Amino acid sequence: MNAAKRYFTSIFKAIVALLKGMKLTGSYLLRPSKILTQQYPENRDTLYIPERFKGRVFMPHDENNEHNCTACTLCQLACPNGSIRIIAKNIEMPDGTKKKVLDQWVYNLGSCTLCQLCVDACPSDAIVMDNAFEFSVYDKSRLIYNLNKPGSRLKEKKTNSQV
Amino acid sequence: MENIIGSQIIQSSDDEFIINVGPQHPSTHGVLHLQLKLDGEKIVDLKPFLGYIHRGIEKMSESLNYKQFIYLTSRMDYLSAHINNQACCLAIEKAIQAEVPERARVIRTLMAELARLTSHQLWWGSTGLDMGAVSPFFYAFREREMILEIFEETCGSRLTMNYCVPGGVMNDIHPDFVRKVKQIIKQFRDNLHEYDELLTNNPIFQSRTIGVGYLSREEAISLACTGPVARASGISCDVRKKEPYDAYDRVTFDEIITTEGDCFARYKVRLEEMKQSMNIIEQLIDNIPAGEYRTKIKGIIKPPAGEYYQRVETARGELGIYLVSDGTNKPYRIKFRTPNFSNLGALKPMSLGGKIGDLVAIMASLDLIIPDIDR
Amino acid sequence: MTHWIGEKLNALFSPEWAAYVGYILAGLAIIILVVVMAVVSIYLERKIAAFMQMRLGPMRVGKWGTLQAFADVFKLMLKEPLTPAQADKQLFNIAPYLVLTVSFLAFAPIAFSPSLQLWDMNIGVLYITSVSSMGVIGILMAGWASNNKYSLLGAMRSGAQIVSYELSAGIAILTIVMMSGSLSVSGIIKSQADGWWIFKGHIPALIAFVIFAIASTAELNRAPFDLAEAEQELTAGFHTEYSGMQFAMFFLAEYTNMFIVSMLGTTLFLGGWMPLHIGNWDAFNQIMDKIPPFLWFFGKVFISLFMFIWFRWTFPRLRIDQLLKLEWKYLLPIGMVNLVIGSIITWLGWIF
Repeated sequence: MNAAKRYFTSIFKAIVALLKGMKLTGSYLLRPSKILTQQYPENRDTLYIPERFKGRVFMPHDENNEHNCTACTLCQLACPNGSIRIIAKNIEMPDGTKKKVLDQWVYNLGSCTLCQLCVDACPSDAIVMDNAFEFSVYDKSRLIYNLNKPGSRLKEKKTNSQV
Repeated sequence: MENIIGSQIIQSSDDEFIINVGPQHPSTHGVLHLQLKLDGEKIVDLKPFLGYIHRGIEKMSESLNYKQFIYLTSRMDYLSAHINNQACCLAIEKAIQAEVPERARVIRTLMAELARLTSHQLWWGSTGLDMGAVSPFFYAFREREMILEIFEETCGSRLTMNYCVPGGVMNDIHPDFVRKVKQIIKQFRDNLHEYDELLTNNPIFQSRTIGVGYLSREEAISLACTGPVARASGISCDVRKKEPYDAYDRVTFDEIITTEGDCFARYKVRLEEMKQSMNIIEQLIDNIPAGEYRTKIKGIIKPPAGEYYQRVETARGELGIYLVSDGTNKPYRIKFRTPNFSNLGALKPMSLGGKIGDLVAIMASLDLIIPDIDR
Repeated sequence: MTHWIGEKLNALFSPEWAAYVGYILAGLAIIILVVVMAVVSIYLERKIAAFMQMRLGPMRVGKWGTLQAFADVFKLMLKEPLTPAQADKQLFNIAPYLVLTVSFLAFAPIAFSPSLQLWDMNIGVLYITSVSSMGVIGILMAGWASNNKYSLLGAMRSGAQIVSYELSAGIAILTIVMMSGSLSVSGIIKSQADGWWIFKGHIPALIAFVIFAIASTAELNRAPFDLAEAEQELTAGFHTEYSGMQFAMFFLAEYTNMFIVSMLGTTLFLGGWMPLHIGNWDAFNQIMDKIPPFLWFFGKVFISLFMFIWFRWTFPRLRIDQLLKLEWKYLLPIGMVNLVIGSIITWLGWIF
């Protein structure tokens, strides 16, 4: 008798539990406002990308095409897998001394791990992480490029004598 | 090479046959190659073959300095990436005896518990997927997506954060962090009943997991299983309780231990752990101490020569980092004791005598991440 | 409408030719109907599944993704039809055609409306069940001829499952046949003129309906009983080795079978093309009568299709031994007891 009772109660409980599960999925069917999918290329205007998102390394230039990089190569030493190459050149200063300045800041976006160690290591705040993210290219060599714009120079620091 | 592998392949008699599961297979959670010897539908022997995603993380770390190798550990157990980074930073701080500000400790703990939540949510979704129910996968990802957006706002990345550095954390938390975390906790608590309705109380799911894949306590100890796998068999092994690190000594939470040791027990342990993680987050989120978020470590990190060991509790078990330093700026040897490697050993005793359908249920309940095994 | 076509044909051809051309036209109509319904049901399934999972489903191909099925078929046609090296070539090539043919054959006695029925034979229901159980041969052929351990395992499991659940489905059908007193499709529908069997035959018919729903989900190899094609376990089971159009045929056969089972269930339990009449509410009945019968029929078929889709996307999968245990220990005994109770009730006249 007990076995028969267990048989039927197990069937009944099973059916009730199954129906509850169905009710849940059915309720989502009737609530299209809960849909989370965003149609990507069409919603670019309303897309929110947080400003700290690590998309690539970027060297900000001000309106005079000047940057802050002194070619100290600390970022190149900090990068774990060699995605940075600093090429420096020597120029003549007005008073005759030679100074090392940045020629090319070569960045390999294809191998960069976006770990932010270079930004962390820079003593002059020359590079930041930018939140751009659409970088697809057909040719991998286009992922290796210079971060400093052509014709840019180091921003002059105001010394005490000039103030 | 051929001879070695040939001799390791399972020998079979005429009426049993050998099946290879993987390496490309939808349900092995990564590239795991299993060789099964089947007698009809019953599994008679099982042999895992590893190494398909071995990338040489430990060897690579020997050529990078102490700040640089941390990003590699994010790629080991990528679902608790933050906890792996935290372990490395703790080991290095132990070696150079650096002071970490209180704010950084609390932030690290909060991030670790959020990472544990995301890992368990993904585990829940893929358990449903392995059992055949596709819908739970999407419901799990809805909450996970919100936590990943919090990570994106504060740390900059969603999965491999690289947010912990020796001495603290890389940036301060975003001003919206506290509000958003509270919102998520509230929403997740409201939605937790859906998890029960879809899988836990479902008679089909229960009949596939109750009594399946039994792991006894002695066997779990001898195989060195840790994490929810061991806790479901009755072993108390939570590193957060035994050797508290960061801010775990100032929060109270329960260690979930059951004694049944089958798949359903592991399932319930992980569900309860999610609730405990939410408790920890609620205790810490309102009292983040003000102050510095990082002590800048001057110069190149050069720990004194010696051996250092640090254990943490990832979402899957105990991760141990064994650091051997010879006084230079690059480590001499780093060895990772990963939880998934030991938990994989439990696969064979649990599945012998069962069916292939049980194998899928067991793998789902073990929650293996294969890159963690192969490193 | 069929009379109009008949008159046109008779005007054009001599009587026997008219009959033959009529048959060919009817066959073509069935094929077109099947293809259209398959396309619609594929689209519906993907959209309903997506909405249940809080996502949008196909949206890119055609407006709101309506042309997605055509894109899929086009892609499948362009794929290379691969035959494994040591496969049994004749069996391998025949299997998909067999499964598809069997599905098409079962459309013959189904009544879409009072005047749209291809062949009103006096054993309509028996014909449908026996023809659709020949599909097992095709599945076993496919599994064996693929020369692949996985496919063989999948085919054997599938064969065992289908053969077992045929019994329960048959007993559920028997209950209704016994209550209505005839095996022919039109006879069963006519006996529901004063109410659908699910209302008239209260408890036994309700239990038979539930058993029929579960048994036919299992016969179709659909979740929660889709072990044979479970990707997570044995990578698509018996049709692993098929690609291109042959795979499309298995796919089409699955959806066609889904339709046949829905139509059979609608005919037996939900009144076929009979509108919904409630007792003596004449005004209501008049309005219900205005809706054309084939709309009633297809509406009911789509409701049962929706139930199949709902089951698939909510429940996890049963293991093979649990599947067979469900059948032999639960469905079959309950079905037989239900049949006995139903026959006693019918004999005593206690149905409406």
